Amino acid sequence: MSSNKKYWKSVEELDQNSSIVEALRNNEFVEEIPNDEFLGNSDALSSSSTSRRDFLKYVGFSTAAATLAACEGPVNKSIPYVLQPEQIIPGVADYYATSVFDGFDFANLLVKTREGRPIKIDNNTIAGAKFTANARIHASILSLYDSMRLKEPKIEGKDSTWSAVDAKIKSSIADAKAKGGQVVLLTNTLASPSTERLISEFVSKNPNSKHIVYDAVSESEALDAFELVYGERALVDYDFSKASLIVSVGADFLGDWQGGSFDTGYAKGRIPKAGKMSRHFQLESNMTLSGAAADKRLPMSVSAQKQALVHIYNIVTGSSVSVKLEDKFKSEVTKAAQQLKAAGSKGVLVSGIQDKNAQLLVLAINQALASESFVTAGLRQIRKGSASNVSQLVADMKAGKVHTLIMSGVNPLYTLADSVSFQEGLKKVKTSVAFSLKEDETALLSTVAAAVPHYLESWNDLSLVKGTYSLTQPTIRPLFNTKQFQDVLLSLNGTAGSFYDYIKNTSSSIISGSSWNKVLHDGVFVSTVPTVGSGSADYSAAANALAATKVSQGLELVLYTKTGLGDGQQANNPWLQEFPDPITRVSWDNYVTVSNADAIKYELSNEIVANGGLNGSYATITTADGLKLENVPVIVQPGQAVGTVGLALGYGRKAALKEEMMVGLNAYSLYKGFNNVQSITLAKADGEHEFACVQGQKTLMGRGDIIKETSLEIFNTKDAHIWNEQPMVSLDHKEVEATKVDLWDSFDRSTGHHFNLSIDLNACTGCGACVIACHAENNVPVVGKSEVRRSRDMHWLRIDRYYSSESTFEGDNERKENIAGLTSSLSTFNEMEKAGDNPQVSFQPVMCQHCNHAPCETVCPVAATSHSRQGQNHMAYNRCVGTRYCANNCPYKVRRFNWFLYNKNSEFDYHMNDDLGRMVLNPDVNVRSRGVMEKCSMCIQMTQATILKAKREGRTIVDGEFQTACSNACSTGAMIFGDVNDKDAEVAKLAADDRMYHLLEHVGTKPNVIYHVKVRNT
Amino acid sequence: MKKVGNHNSITRKLFLGVALSLIFSFTSFAQEAAAVAAPDAAAAPAAASGGDAAKGKELFNANCAACHKLDAKATGPALRGIASKYEMAWLYKWVKNSSDLIKSGDAQAVKVFEENNKSVMSSFPQLSNADIDNIIAYTSEPKAEVAAPAAGGATAVPGGPVADSGISNNLILAALALVLVVLVVMLVLVNKVLSKVAKANGIVVEPKAKTTPIWQAFAKNQFLILVTVIFLLLTSAYYVYGFFMQVGVDQGYEPIQPIHYSHRIHAGDNEINCKYCHSAARVSKNGGIPSLNICMNCHKNIAEVAETTATPEYSKAFYDEQIQKLYTAVGWDQATQTYTGKTQPVKWVRIHNLPDFVYFNHSQHVTVGGIECQTCHGPVEEYEIQKQFAPLTMGWCIDCHRKTEVKMEGNEYYTKIHEELSKKYGVDKLTAAQMGGLECGKCHY
Repeated sequence: MSSNKKYWKSVEELDQNSSIVEALRNNEFVEEIPNDEFLGNSDALSSSSTSRRDFLKYVGFSTAAATLAACEGPVNKSIPYVLQPEQIIPGVADYYATSVFDGFDFANLLVKTREGRPIKIDNNTIAGAKFTANARIHASILSLYDSMRLKEPKIEGKDSTWSAVDAKIKSSIADAKAKGGQVVLLTNTLASPSTERLISEFVSKNPNSKHIVYDAVSESEALDAFELVYGERALVDYDFSKASLIVSVGADFLGDWQGGSFDTGYAKGRIPKAGKMSRHFQLESNMTLSGAAADKRLPMSVSAQKQALVHIYNIVTGSSVSVKLEDKFKSEVTKAAQQLKAAGSKGVLVSGIQDKNAQLLVLAINQALASESFVTAGLRQIRKGSASNVSQLVADMKAGKVHTLIMSGVNPLYTLADSVSFQEGLKKVKTSVAFSLKEDETALLSTVAAAVPHYLESWNDLSLVKGTYSLTQPTIRPLFNTKQFQDVLLSLNGTAGSFYDYIKNTSSSIISGSSWNKVLHDGVFVSTVPTVGSGSADYSAAANALAATKVSQGLELVLYTKTGLGDGQQANNPWLQEFPDPITRVSWDNYVTVSNADAIKYELSNEIVANGGLNGSYATITTADGLKLENVPVIVQPGQAVGTVGLALGYGRKAALKEEMMVGLNAYSLYKGFNNVQSITLAKADGEHEFACVQGQKTLMGRGDIIKETSLEIFNTKDAHIWNEQPMVSLDHKEVEATKVDLWDSFDRSTGHHFNLSIDLNACTGCGACVIACHAENNVPVVGKSEVRRSRDMHWLRIDRYYSSESTFEGDNERKENIAGLTSSLSTFNEMEKAGDNPQVSFQPVMCQHCNHAPCETVCPVAATSHSRQGQNHMAYNRCVGTRYCANNCPYKVRRFNWFLYNKNSEFDYHMNDDLGRMVLNPDVNVRSRGVMEKCSMCIQMTQATILKAKREGRTIVDGEFQTACSNACSTGAMIFGDVNDKDAEVAKLAADDRMYHLLEHVGTKPNVIYHVKVRNT
Repeated sequence: MKKVGNHNSITRKLFLGVALSLIFSFTSFAQEAAAVAAPDAAAAPAAASGGDAAKGKELFNANCAACHKLDAKATGPALRGIASKYEMAWLYKWVKNSSDLIKSGDAQAVKVFEENNKSVMSSFPQLSNADIDNIIAYTSEPKAEVAAPAAGGATAVPGGPVADSGISNNLILAALALVLVVLVVMLVLVNKVLSKVAKANGIVVEPKAKTTPIWQAFAKNQFLILVTVIFLLLTSAYYVYGFFMQVGVDQGYEPIQPIHYSHRIHAGDNEINCKYCHSAARVSKNGGIPSLNICMNCHKNIAEVAETTATPEYSKAFYDEQIQKLYTAVGWDQATQTYTGKTQPVKWVRIHNLPDFVYFNHSQHVTVGGIECQTCHGPVEEYEIQKQFAPLTMGWCIDCHRKTEVKMEGNEYYTKIHEELSKKYGVDKLTAAQMGGLECGKCHY
């Protein structure tokens, strides 16, 4: 049957006259295929003697050859020492006690070395070593192996030698003497008795010289105030463990305020003992770690904080300076002040307001309270910088008065707000010398860029707190042709011997009653530590002056330092760049934080886009003097005081950085007059910024069983099952406790070791030291900003941060309970997704929970993940085929998949891509390959090493010997690790504690990580 | 894997055998001659000093050999012919207490002291003058000529039996072959004779009926073909599987090392404990390739091997060359007996290559488990060249963990767990597997 159907080939056929119809009749395509273009040089092609057949032969041959070659394994070489040092045994770790102070961070450390290379930083736990490492110090081990370090001295940008550098500086100093020019030593705070002695010798030898101390992030006002009252330039080393009431007015003492490291003492008072714990009021503008930990947080602008401080001063000392405190704050501040007064010597007040008068009031209030935390405190020597001296130097330089400028540990061209003036001045300086780890902004423009060794390659001595003495010793031979600043000074002074001899000489008068070897072994020496003495000043004048401070127009910009990068010294450290900020959970960026009210006002927003990434608006910041910072990404921050915005320092560096690390904007340019509060205006700018944020959800939506919180009152008066409610399930139509129901039979877990990790949410401040320590111990790769944005971050240990939607978490729980009906639930949950304006904040470190009944184990098709008798959930990487079933079945989302090969891959140009950076890898832990699942192993390499040590020594293991990287790094005692089968172990007691609960207990996974109910003293 | 020429190849053995058999005859004469000559030469000076050279040798080895050699400088100078250099009276004093002699300002003593890097010689007050005489007698013996030619790479005595057995084997083989040939010839002859006899007797041998050739019968039987094909497939699958399972398993890997280090000489002949050099195995995850300063503990004094150390395969000169390689690497100047400071680390070829994803700890097995090194590394004391003895596969590890009973006696760590586990499993001795030695994470992390 013939068909009359007409088949249409294109719409063009409707038009009979179309040329296309004609063209298509003969050709497949309307347009001519550009064959010539595709073939390229057709002449060359046709003249080639290689035919298609030949080509196939070559392909076949080379494939076969490659296949054959692959059958031969590589020949590995083993090169032993020629002369093996006595203390080094390959395969056995050595530990060295040392201390660090880089002008910003400081700590007493134990450095783990393997085969002569440092691979991990631990806290020195010997008595007297009180400063623990924060996230940045833990990461500093990677900065040692930074491929962008300055590898040799340079004169005018050209590689040079140390003798040339010495000669250059010497002749310049002689020239300065002859011409009457100034010689200026510009250094960071040194806190080193030997270096200070060396500099004073230098200054006395060269009368035309002077020493100026410059802190990038200044505490000048607090130092000035303390100096005025006590006649000494120092900071108070507050002991928060002695306080039952803490009032902080804008001081993020759990962060970097006055050097930080207060968390150990603070946490001691935060764990409820005998029904008591400290109470903490926090008055602040940015949301900080301290604000998150506080029992009562009042978001207020810095100008309001000043009034509040005077108000507290009034109440505590009984003065009556007139204050202009807004009514909404008045009652709360009054309550705090009255409680502070009532606490008396058990109370303490601290403040981070960069104002001399405010700092004087802090001293006045603590004196009036006779606060134990204050009176018995030592004197910190870790900040000495004077803002006025630095300003004077810049003026002198511009006037051409400075002939020779020798800088060490500073980078003013990056950290000075007025870096333009400094640069102008630097041009008028005849010889400038920058002693630096990196060829940074300042070193690039200096006459001499002098390469210094990392602190892990150097000798030094430190007196962090007056009366204590600690030594810094090298843990590896200098990697590059470097020389310490002090050694150069020695040669300039014409003193014979090395700086090591010089320290030994200095120490002999300090370490009386001990020996050099003992102090070197211990790392620290403590003699009598002088405490804050007595002194006074005209406090009422200060109070009046403070109360009369004018309120600036526009928004208040409050500059702060982030937990990750701090002052920005380690900007080329991928661990720190990828470290998510504990509060915003954003990595690889700095941004301006605005309150919700201001966001609406300025039409700024954050949203989660389709791929799960967080996007934010851009804003332009303009200061009162017309300085602009354009295209600053915006984060809408719950808890940010209305009328204030926050911005982190330490970002936006460009010099001596890998391209991936050149993120963020330099906020130092707004750090005018070393004042962290600036008056600015904000305007929305075009475009959207793509953040790398690791946590999309903000609130718990009333799921109080994830982070269990209660108040001290309920905790003290009610039964445990009320504030630590057991989840119930229905079994045979009866309500039974979820933990009692099980699909599987349990194994006997009473034999041998059974590890548990206890996490006390009361003590956790969210500082993140554990996150970095985990990176270092377990060779966790860095994946970069775009991968983090895709939720492919590899952190084995994350610290979840939750905001409450109501003013408290308890309020959230109640609101959820009171939902009635579907419509109500939809609308309520929608609202509960948003964090409140002044929310409560809780942190929860989450790593693999090592479930006894692990959902991941049952779904693995190749049995790559299995359970051990010791309670650890094992992951055999070599067995894993990458189905990712386990990650999908994990209720805690702690499994991490290697989407790519992260080592020796130029696409991921971080430390694992260069020979130097790979030196940090832990040789006891595998480096995972592409297509493999990985997760927290509960540091099985550490537990196994502990067991082996005991076996070798033929003894039982005592409590405290079992550690994980995170529990080792935890300075607050929030993480305790141990063997629950050892009934005397601390962790066994914690596991039996009333506050103990498991994460998502109702799932029935029976985890080996336990949490403790957070108690707030509201 | 790097392919390595087999040092024990048959051709080389044959060649050696032939070479030895050739030189065998005249070397034996040469040695006899030397042996005859030696006592004559030694007799004269020994008699002169009135000492007993044999006793002297004993004393020398017991007291002097740590620092002195007869013909080469060690810590102290070479001692052969020392009697002709110094007065006997002075020598008595020197040996008994050299430092006193130096302190007294004796010019000769000071000179000797300074010539020898000012190293103080131990005092030997216990040696009598007669003892010293004996030692001097020994040192005055003339140097024995090296009997065997250096080039051939073999001394006569150990070479002999090898050559002998080669000849006898060949003879037997030749004789057997001859017998076989004779038998075949005889069979053919017998057959011929028998058929002749049959022909003569008129018996006609019937030709066999033509049957189907067996291969055709086989080709027609489909069942048989099927079975055979299945059988062949299975067999080849078995071998292919076996082949692939061997990929990356380098059992027997025997690479050529930059210095020919013989475990046979050190651990075998000299019975040096494994852990003297591989001391790291006691405390570390690594067995530890000894650093060169460990070698120098002995080789400061041992600059050459004994004649008896050499084998047909490796001559004394060869071994001495290896010691020289060590000296170059460690920067030891033999002439001045000092370190020059110029070192060249030795790049050994790693034999046991465990994959990176396996954690193995030597101290766990050596110190805690008390396992002999030979269990995994084979009869090292017999190895001329070290090779990989064990397959180092997971199956091999697991096998041992299943069988090996953990050594728990006297180790307090195990007391509690032994009590609990032996009750649980109802056994007295626990295997590594029962202790949890089969769990993945114990070795993979």
